[in-house]
Amino acid sequence: MAKFLLRRTANYVILVAVATSAAFMLASVSLKPRANFEGRNPPPPEAVVDARLTELNMNDKTPVLTRYKNWVSGVVHGDFGKTIDGNSVNAELARRVGVSLRLLLIATIIGGLLGVLAGAWGAIRQYQFSDHAVTMLSFVILSTPVFVLAVALEIAAVGVNNAVGTKVFEYTGEFTPGLQGGFWTHAGDRIQHLILPSLTLILGEIAIFSRYQRSAMLDVLGQDFVRTAQAKGLRRRTALMKHALRTALIPAVTYFAFNFGILIVGATFTEKIFGWHGMGEWLVDSVTRNDINAVAAVTCFAAVMILLAGLAADIAYAILDPRIRVS
Amino acid sequence: MSVPSSGALETSLQPDQTEGGGPPIDETRIASRWSVVFARFRRKRLAMFGLVVVVLLFLLAFIGPYLTSWEYTDHDFNAFLQGPSTSHYFGTTQTGGDVFALTMRGMQKSLIIGILVALFSTGMAALVGAFAGYFGGWVDRSLMWFVDLLLVLPSFLIIAILSPTFKGKTWLVFVVLLAAFLWMVTARIVRGMTISLANREYVLAARFMGVPAPRIIFRHILPNISSLLIVDATINVSAAIIGETSLSFFGFGVQPPDVSLGTLIADGTGSATTYAWLFAFPAGLLVLIVLAVNLVGDGLRDALDPTSGL
Repeated sequence: MAKFLLRRTANYVILVAVATSAAFMLASVSLKPRANFEGRNPPPPEAVVDARLTELNMNDKTPVLTRYKNWVSGVVHGDFGKTIDGNSVNAELARRVGVSLRLLLIATIIGGLLGVLAGAWGAIRQYQFSDHAVTMLSFVILSTPVFVLAVALEIAAVGVNNAVGTKVFEYTGEFTPGLQGGFWTHAGDRIQHLILPSLTLILGEIAIFSRYQRSAMLDVLGQDFVRTAQAKGLRRRTALMKHALRTALIPAVTYFAFNFGILIVGATFTEKIFGWHGMGEWLVDSVTRNDINAVAAVTCFAAVMILLAGLAADIAYAILDPRIRVS
Repeated sequence: MSVPSSGALETSLQPDQTEGGGPPIDETRIASRWSVVFARFRRKRLAMFGLVVVVLLFLLAFIGPYLTSWEYTDHDFNAFLQGPSTSHYFGTTQTGGDVFALTMRGMQKSLIIGILVALFSTGMAALVGAFAGYFGGWVDRSLMWFVDLLLVLPSFLIIAILSPTFKGKTWLVFVVLLAAFLWMVTARIVRGMTISLANREYVLAARFMGVPAPRIIFRHILPNISSLLIVDATINVSAAIIGETSLSFFGFGVQPPDVSLGTLIADGTGSATTYAWLFAFPAGLLVLIVLAVNLVGDGLRDALDPTSGL
C-alpha cells in the first residue's frame, strides 16, 4: 500500500515538473513582455528595457533555455521570480492561494458529497419523479457554462435582494471594504460574499457527480451481492449504504481527480465574475499583461492541486477497494 | 456521462452479419443495423426533441441573418441600448449594434467551431488510441504517457497562454488548439477497446494473411468501435462549444471584430442586471445549443447501445 502510494506520488511529481516547465516555455515563447514597455510615452531607450527585462528574466533576446535554467534554479529554491512590475511572485502567490483554496475546498467537499448522495438517491428511485427531476436538473446545469451559471445566479440574487429589501446576497468581492464592526459582523459579511461563488461551483459539482454516481449505482444495484446482503437479513438501508454505495463509489472516485482540473477552470470564471482576487483571476490578468513568471506559478499551483486530487483519489481507492490494499 | 464498457458495446456491435435485432419485415427487406438504431433513437422523446432543436437552431443561425436588415457590423445611431423591438428583435448594444444580427453571427461561429473541433478531436482520439492499443509495447507506453501529461496540463490554461500567438491569425488555429486538448480521455477508451479487439479471430486472420497494420486498424478495428466514436463526436461538439465560448469570454478565443457567443456574453455580463437582453439572448441560445446536442448524444448512446445504464 505504501509502496503503491509512493510510486504514484513519484509519477505525479514528474508530471507536475514537466507540466510547469512546459507552461514556462510556452509562456516565454508566446507572451511578449517587451510590448508592455514599448507602449509607453515617451518610449524608453532599448538598453533600459533590455536591462529591465533581463533583471526580470523575461528578455526575449536571451535564449529560452538560458531563461529556463535561471527560472528553474530559482524554483528549486522556492523562488518563483518577479512579476512584470518587479514585485515578488511568492508574495502575490501567498496572498492569492488562500482565496482560491477556500472556494475549491468548499465546492469539492459540499458538491462531491451532495452529488454522490443525489446520484445514489436517483438510482434507488430509478424512473420515479425524483430521479427524473435530479437527472433533468443535472443535465441542464451540465449544459450551462460556468460563466453563464454565475451571471444567472447573480441576476437571481439581485432579484431576491430587491424582493426582500436588504442585501441578503453580496456579489462583488470577498468582503465589504471598510466594514465597521466586531468579529461576527465580519464573519457574517464574508459568508454573505461566499454564498454565490460557492453555489456556482457546487451546483456544477453536484451535476457531474450525481450523473457518475447514478450510473455506477445502477450497475451495482442489479448485482447478486446486494440481493444476498438483503436476503441474509440486512435492513435495506444497511445493504444499500454499506454494500451498494461503497462499491459504487469506486468509479466515481476515478472521475474525482480528472474532474478537479475542470473545477479549477470553473473557479477561474467564478473569481473573475464575482471579483475575487484568487489564482484564476491572476492567470487571466497575467496572460493579458505578459507576465511570464506569474503564469508559470499559476500553472504550478494548478498542477499541484490536480496532483493532490489524484493522490486523494488513490487513497480513497485503497480505502474503498481492499484488493488494492492487499496487493 | 460515462462511456459504455467495451463488453457492452461489442454485443451491440456484432455488425452486419446479424443485421440488428428486429424481426425481418419480409423476405427481401431485412432491417439494417442503422435502421434499427434509427428506430430506437426515434422512440426517445427527449433525444428527438434535442435533434429538432439542433436542426432549428442551425436553420436560425444561417437563415436568421436574412430576416433582419441589420448586419452584425452595423450601428444604429438612433438606438443605443434599446430593448427588443420590431426593428431590433433582440435590442441594441451600447454602440447601437443589433443584438439579433450579432447573436446569429456568434451562433454560426460557435456551431462551426464546435463541429470542426469535435471531428478533429474524435479522429485524433481514434488514431492515437487504436495505434497505442494495437501495437502495445513502447508505442503504447509513450503515447499513454503523453496522454497523461496532457490530462494534467489544464487545457484552458495552455490555450490561454498560447492565445497571443494566434491573435490576428485565422480562427482555424484556435480550432486546432481546442481539438488538441479534447481527445485524451476518448483515446484511453479507444485503446482499451482496441486491445480487446486485437485478438479477435478476424483481426488475427487478417494479420496472418499479411495485411499491414495500418490497414487492419482502418478496415477492422475502427469500424468496430464506430458507435463509440459517433457518440463521442456528438458529445465533443457540446464540449467544444463550451470550451470555445469559455476562452472567447476572456478574450483568449475568437478575436474582434469577429464575434462568437462567448464574446457576446462577455460584453453582456457587465450589464446583465440592468440591460438584460445583452446577456439573456446569447446566453440562453448557448445553453439551448449545448443542452440539445447533449440530449442527442445521450439518445444516440442509448440507441447504439441499449445495455448502457445511463
